Amino acid sequence: MSNATPVLSAKGLVKRFGRVTALDETDFELYPGEVLAVIGDNGAGKSSLIKALSGALTPDAGEIRMNGEPVSFSSPMQAREAGIETVYQTLAVSPALGISDNLFLGRELRKPGILGSVFRMLDKAEMRRQATQQLSDLGLLTIQNINQAVETLSGGQRQGVAVARSAAFGSKVVILDEPTAALGVKESRRVLNLIKDVRDRGLPVVLISHNMPHVFEVADRIHVHRLGKRAAVIRPDTHTMSDAVAIMTGAVEVESDAA
Amino acid sequence: MTQSKSNPSVSDHERIAESVSGTLAKRNEPEVQTGLQRLHRFFHANPTAAPAIVLLAAIAAFTMIVGERFLAPFNLSLVLQQVTIIGTLGIAQTLIILTMGIDLSVGAIMVLSTVVMGRMAVEFGLPPALAVTLGLGMGALCGAINGALVTKVKLPPFIVTLGTWNIFFALNLWYSKSETIRSQDIEATAPLLQWMGTSFEVFGARLTYGSLLMLALFGLVWYALNWTAWGRHVYATGDDKDAAELAGIRTQRVLMSIYVVAGLVCGVAAWLMIGRIGSVSPQVGFMSNLDSITAVVIGGTSLFGGRGSIFGTLIGALIVGIFRNGLALAGVDVLWQEFTVGLLIIVAVAIDQWIRRASA
Repeated sequence: MSNATPVLSAKGLVKRFGRVTALDETDFELYPGEVLAVIGDNGAGKSSLIKALSGALTPDAGEIRMNGEPVSFSSPMQAREAGIETVYQTLAVSPALGISDNLFLGRELRKPGILGSVFRMLDKAEMRRQATQQLSDLGLLTIQNINQAVETLSGGQRQGVAVARSAAFGSKVVILDEPTAALGVKESRRVLNLIKDVRDRGLPVVLISHNMPHVFEVADRIHVHRLGKRAAVIRPDTHTMSDAVAIMTGAVEVESDAA
Repeated sequence: MTQSKSNPSVSDHERIAESVSGTLAKRNEPEVQTGLQRLHRFFHANPTAAPAIVLLAAIAAFTMIVGERFLAPFNLSLVLQQVTIIGTLGIAQTLIILTMGIDLSVGAIMVLSTVVMGRMAVEFGLPPALAVTLGLGMGALCGAINGALVTKVKLPPFIVTLGTWNIFFALNLWYSKSETIRSQDIEATAPLLQWMGTSFEVFGARLTYGSLLMLALFGLVWYALNWTAWGRHVYATGDDKDAAELAGIRTQRVLMSIYVVAGLVCGVAAWLMIGRIGSVSPQVGFMSNLDSITAVVIGGTSLFGGRGSIFGTLIGALIVGIFRNGLALAGVDVLWQEFTVGLLIIVAVAIDQWIRRASA
């Protein structure tokens, strides 16, 4: 796997907030078609790393590459345009709007011809069709009505809508920030399956999570963050959860072997 | 999926938890709903339903109390004329409230615009069409000032418009020298200003161009809110601004556009106002901000943003008009009209709170 070009990679990222060093020359690689989990203790710099990758934060030093090409993002919008879709913990869906409206929020389709160009009329039927397609591709068709307000959905279904949106629209990388944090067991299971579905469609996924069982279930590789840098990259089939925790807390030092 | 060899306890744990939650899984099945839940869902999905029912009930009740006189086309068309100004200001107010704002300055913007139209046409002798355009422009400018203070200086809309309400009203008194432009003078020099008051009769109903323009404006704004991306963005911005921002919507721009459009609509209301009262008076109508909020709230648009419909406001304005008219015809003292309107506001917001309790 390490022979392939990473879809998204970072080298020597540094970010300081005053006297606090959030990112201390950290590296990062995401390869095509994998689920990469990012774990780390609170304050280890996980979220700074993710923010730097998704454009929400500009690093002081270091470089980010997409498919080998250097990129730099000054806003989340730029990262999104480059194909990096982030699903934030707060979900970023509009509760009162319908599922279809939410999927297309900010990139609505207009009717062809004069209705669309002059009267700016939305093509609701086409958006509904594509939204239904997208949801059924991801096995989310338990949602009965594509116009249903998102707030009437369960937590897992909402997460599903947010993930479906991130996986649509030709995105190249999906970053999920604690997608199962607020969910029950059954709902978490659905979301984990969804993550696998997204991966199986060829989209690489970055999963930030505190939940070790979830991480060990879906991740192909695990990036362990500690003290602002990558402490190790391990694999679920060669390491145990206790190994991961040991690395995370600094009880064990690991040579970067499995990367 | 490569199953991890090292943690069998995990899947065990999950299996147990799953079987526990299995008992709860029925929650996702179509459950037996109580009548109240069904009602709640219906209102949640149809925000205009509650005000529409109130309107119809009010019409039925007053027909029984007052009799045929109330239901006569002439009387009902009179109500429509009476709500033209408030209805139009209500359009502006709805747009702002949908974005979780509030606009206390709509009445003052309208009055200032009437004075601009009147003075430009009558005193400076500009072509009436140009005078009307300048008045509309004044409305849009006032809206832009509100919008800039909300989006650039980042002040709360309530404070911004409380301030500009006073400022616009003071400018209006200064610019008009507190003088009324008489109806006869307008008629002689710029009849176009009063054109919106022109009425015609159909089946005993007396309609004005002004009330028709108001209805057309409702239709136009309905289209913009429901069938354009801009409209979706307005709802999304009011619903959850941060979420809208993360979805890539430039919410500050949306807000700015809302304030400018609202100001422009107030300018239209100014033209309707001259048509309705004939003259230009710097003292009339600057308090209509509260009536416009009343129409919006009774029409079922939530003060917390993101929910509501533009036609709800039309219905809300009509409910107020019907109550005032019906109570007057029934010979009830004016003070009870105010009392009733107050009651309607409180009931409407109470219902809104209940409906908003999201998923039933």
